[in-house]
Amino acid sequence: MLWLRQAAAGLRVLAALTVVLGLGYPLAVLGAGQLLMPGQANGSMVERDGEPVGSRLIGQPVEDPSYFHGRPSAAGEGYDPLSSGASNLAPTSPELLAAVEERRAAAAELNGVPPEAVPPDALTASGSGLDPHISPAYARLQADRVARERGMDPAAVAALVEEHVQGRGLGFLGEPAVNVLELNLALDEAAEAAGAGGAG
Amino acid sequence: MGQTLAGLAQIGLLLSLLAALYVPLGDYLARVYSGRRHLRVERLVYRFAGIDPDTEQTWTGYARAVLAFSAVSVLVLYGLQRLQHLLPLSLGLPPVAPDQAWNTAVSFVANTNWQSYSGESTMGHLVQAAGLAVQNFASAAVGMAVAVAVVRGISRRRTELLGNFWVDLVRGALRVLLPISFAAALLLLAGGVVQNLAAPVEVTTLTGGTQSIPGGPVASQEAIKELGTNGGGFYNANSAHPFENPNAFTNLLEILLILLIPVSLTRTYGTMLAAQGAGGHRHGTALLAAMGTIFLLSLAGVTAAEVSGHGAALQAAGGAMEGKETRFGEWASALFATATTSTSTGAVNSFHSSFTAFGGGLVMLNMLLGEVTPGGVGSGLYGMLVISMLAVFLGGLMVGRTPEYLGKKLGSREIRLIALYTLTTPALVLAGTAVALSVPGARESILNAGPHGLSEVLYAFGSAANNNGSAFAGLSANTPFYNTALGLAILLGRFLPMVLVLALAGALAGQRPAPATAGTLPTHRPLFVGMVVATVLIVTGLTFFPALALGPIAEGLA
Repeated sequence: MLWLRQAAAGLRVLAALTVVLGLGYPLAVLGAGQLLMPGQANGSMVERDGEPVGSRLIGQPVEDPSYFHGRPSAAGEGYDPLSSGASNLAPTSPELLAAVEERRAAAAELNGVPPEAVPPDALTASGSGLDPHISPAYARLQADRVARERGMDPAAVAALVEEHVQGRGLGFLGEPAVNVLELNLALDEAAEAAGAGGAG
Repeated sequence: MGQTLAGLAQIGLLLSLLAALYVPLGDYLARVYSGRRHLRVERLVYRFAGIDPDTEQTWTGYARAVLAFSAVSVLVLYGLQRLQHLLPLSLGLPPVAPDQAWNTAVSFVANTNWQSYSGESTMGHLVQAAGLAVQNFASAAVGMAVAVAVVRGISRRRTELLGNFWVDLVRGALRVLLPISFAAALLLLAGGVVQNLAAPVEVTTLTGGTQSIPGGPVASQEAIKELGTNGGGFYNANSAHPFENPNAFTNLLEILLILLIPVSLTRTYGTMLAAQGAGGHRHGTALLAAMGTIFLLSLAGVTAAEVSGHGAALQAAGGAMEGKETRFGEWASALFATATTSTSTGAVNSFHSSFTAFGGGLVMLNMLLGEVTPGGVGSGLYGMLVISMLAVFLGGLMVGRTPEYLGKKLGSREIRLIALYTLTTPALVLAGTAVALSVPGARESILNAGPHGLSEVLYAFGSAANNNGSAFAGLSANTPFYNTALGLAILLGRFLPMVLVLALAGALAGQRPAPATAGTLPTHRPLFVGMVVATVLIVTGLTFFPALALGPIAEGLA
């Protein structure tokens, strides 16, 4: 009887907490977000010509050599936001070692650089599989290739990369990074302005 | 600024923020749990539930209420998942399978948030918000309630009463967790964490592909997930997902939220002791010093290991960036990993399975220490108090006198309870790992061969029994065996220690404190802090060294 009485009280307390914390709280945050910060609350979507082309926070799969590429991704077939995640391969994994070597050779060939110039983030899959960023080093490494593919002035592309380097927060939080989608959008815009045409 | 200097400044800012909030929050918590007045909304809850908030409970009554509330919570959460397809905002997802629903229900009620499911493809918005997130609040409030009851047992004299569980539960949830979560959720929103009720939006990407971008009430859940040291991600990638943790500011905020309550509770402890004349703030500070010493040692080790990038595949890549996000890098990932495993959180902003062998081994060790550096909300404090009493006992053996903690004698009944408490989780971890390695079907869940494979299983049971919830996620844990076995480890690892520590509190509350003499071991001096640190390390080291030697140590030396 003692147990039953306690369980009945527990059920009622849980019901009350569910109303306040499970419905009231998220709805209050929802209201505040949708009213005050609708852009962020709805996924920081980026539009071009009135059409959404993605979220500035979610990386996209890019294989076209005339755009900057993101990092390798273990999310589904690559950058699948419905299946975010990492490879979870061990630091000693032969599979990971082989993948890293293959990626290094491929990136070196694609960009026409010596293999040892390819930075670690270009060779490893991110935690989320949706990493929207690459390191400034990887962006700089791709600039010449992208310029060549588009027939753009390499100096202009390099300048665009530097404009898109985000430093550490407050100068010391996290690491410097380049947002790939924002850089690629700016690239298309610059190409259009220069009349060099977009990607084929 | 160089990477090292920036990384150190990042740690410095975190510690400064914790230091600034320590006294105000710790004292606020003491007032919340000691005040006689009830808020109007609390009175409504008590009336609705038929509870008299002004009667206190003995340890058995308190434990019965904890267990009854938790049992009901498991049943309700299991039911919500099984009936998901009938609920609104289910996004067309089917009911969760029975073994996975059991595992998830137990895991969230026990403040563990081990996840054998992938959030974006398994749980609808209503189950996330009204089921899982409610337990993020409730399980954290239960942990704090038990800790406060234990503190009352230590500080009170000649009484059987430890407080009223329902009052402690409701106050912790409504006066502490709710307001801080709301403020934190707004900050996270401003940083880019999403909060909507939308189904995935399909977009055409820049290069003409398609991508489905999910939504969800994430900011509200993210805040309490960290504050309540829960750790269950809305999405599979947890705090590595850019919608859960978009930049270095949200990252630091999340780490702060993880550590905030476990650290501040040591202040609450001192304040509550002082109010009863049973001790003072220095006793809380001594616990914090022991927690902080181990935490900082571990942080230094994990960071050094990750920056070194040791391991064949990582060396080939030129850095330990596998499973890490560009915006966080090695330093912010190591800091998050240390915070999440030193508390019982288990959220991740980088994937521990791909950490260097020693980095991954150290974060596993943080959990195996019993989650006391500073541990989960509430559970860290009562865990550290048990370890402190064990240290007093070991000290007493050396000089041959009856051990006392704050004047309370640790006789045979108390020591039996302390010993059982200390043995429970290691027994669950080692027995669970042994069983999982001997069952042929279960071995197929391992992703990486060799020592790392052993680490995956040891990590899983270490995480479950210590109620952490993080994983060496290569292990395919969504099998009937792992869902059931880990669910049991989680359940027993949470509630057996809770009952034992409440029994201990009951035994201590009944005593009249003995006056301190020249022979009493002072429990606030650096010597004592050193003894507590040594006790944590020796007890864990002796228990787990053989298993760790076969796992991460063997991998690191290979």
